[in-house]
Amino acid sequence: MKLFLTGTAVLALTASLAMAASHSETVRLGTEGAYPPFNFLNDAGEVDGFEREVGDELCARAELTCEWVTNEWDSIIPNLVSGNYDAIIAGMSITDEREEVIDFTQNYTQPDPSSYLGMAGTEIDPAGAVIAAQAGTIQAAHIAEIGATLLEFANPEETIGAVRDGEADAVLADKSFLTPYAEESAELDFVAEDILLGGGIGMGFRESDAELRAKFDAAIQSMKEDGSLNALIEKWDVGETF
Amino acid sequence: MGLPARPLRRRAAIFSYCAEPELLEGARWLACYLTTGKHMAFYASFGTVLLLLAITAPVALAFGFLGAMSARSHIFPINWLGRTYIAIVRGVPDIAFFLFFVIALDQGFEWLRHQALCPGWDQPIRQGNDFVVCDAAKLPLGTAPQWVHETYGFLLAVLTFAIVFGAFAANVLFGAMRAVPRAQIETAEAYGMSRRQSFWRILVPQMWVYALPGLSNLWMVLIKATPLLFLLGVEDIVYWARELGGTKTPRFTDYPHGDWRMWYFLALLVFYLGFTKVSEVVLGRVMQRLTFGQATAGGEAQRKAAA
Repeated sequence: MKLFLTGTAVLALTASLAMAASHSETVRLGTEGAYPPFNFLNDAGEVDGFEREVGDELCARAELTCEWVTNEWDSIIPNLVSGNYDAIIAGMSITDEREEVIDFTQNYTQPDPSSYLGMAGTEIDPAGAVIAAQAGTIQAAHIAEIGATLLEFANPEETIGAVRDGEADAVLADKSFLTPYAEESAELDFVAEDILLGGGIGMGFRESDAELRAKFDAAIQSMKEDGSLNALIEKWDVGETF
Repeated sequence: MGLPARPLRRRAAIFSYCAEPELLEGARWLACYLTTGKHMAFYASFGTVLLLLAITAPVALAFGFLGAMSARSHIFPINWLGRTYIAIVRGVPDIAFFLFFVIALDQGFEWLRHQALCPGWDQPIRQGNDFVVCDAAKLPLGTAPQWVHETYGFLLAVLTFAIVFGAFAANVLFGAMRAVPRAQIETAEAYGMSRRQSFWRILVPQMWVYALPGLSNLWMVLIKATPLLFLLGVEDIVYWARELGGTKTPRFTDYPHGDWRMWYFLALLVFYLGFTKVSEVVLGRVMQRLTFGQATAGGEAQRKAAA
């Protein structure tokens, strides 16, 4: 009887381990879902955009099943680190500061210039102006560095709102995010020189997850080599191709 | 790999005429716009909030009742436990509690499962910033479908809300139990009831009338505390209102519009006000019932009115 029980226990344990092993290939991708064209929610309420297509293709190439999860930008790194999802793919630029907490893959976009968007017809000197930026971004860090007055907002939409309300003189963000606003709204336009910040956008992983990161890194490399990444960059208009 | 011709995939719509949104105008456009998948998620989130309230309120009340009972206990460790619970939770700011406690709770569960399920694990659980447990110990499992993750997040939210509001409820009930006139308990003792009997038969039925004003305040605060849900990863009505109301450019949607957040928040305002009004009416009726035959000014007024 005792032997029988031990046997069942061992069986059950191996079965559950085997299940864990065979299914551990599901990868949860965390994104913000509020930063077009990189990632946004489409009319059907699903994650869509450049990163959705890149991410799905990367998962196909790495032979992983992927699931998309949205998370507030503010807590996107803490939630990765505590294991709520396995990767960040949210238009996150590779910076030294973030490298201290998480690990990045190679970049899948070229460093995209950041632009100042303000009311059309005005011109500003960024150092002496009130600039809106999303909290926790490289743009917010840059504004703080040059000594301008920084207005931080939790999501990208609110930064544009601040310019429309006149609360801020301009908003600093990735050019590919701001361009649709500049083109489609008569009252908004670029009001100062573009600047180059960050080292391009990469996927973020836990530092203890080197194996998974290597898989995605290889998949990004293969997409760069066969030109499919360039095709997506052009389709979604997210900066220079490789 | 085949790229779709258009960035946005069209979904089957409820109304047949929604197939070509850019040709629509007026009421038809609005009908199509208000029935997109995203709006359906918005409407469903009202259900999420109501469900959360429906589950949290009784659970919090149970926490409060247990808290109040143990704070009254004559057994020292239980008494101490009850008082500590009330004091600590009431003292810590909600937002800190929600951010810290939920992650700690989640990691605590995972740690316990890790100890039980993965005895052969040789790596440290804390690696720098990372919290690493074996795959089998993850909660929910990494392989679980999205709805399991969402349900788990929702239950964590319920538990956290219940603990926070339970502490306040405990304090209210503790006070209410002391407000019941001493003479009532004395009478029970004179009839030979034990402590337990007089507690359940005399004290508890009479204390609700004193507790209700405090509890109804808590209920109102709870209704308005639900946006804290998004801190826990649950997409509630405020999240969707902000997302839907934001400026939409034609490149990324079939239904472009300007900054409509004001209208969405106005809808939320109407919802919250309506909900508060209904609560007030219901609570008013409950109060009337509880007051009946009580040795309070309200009970006395009812008796005179009937006579």
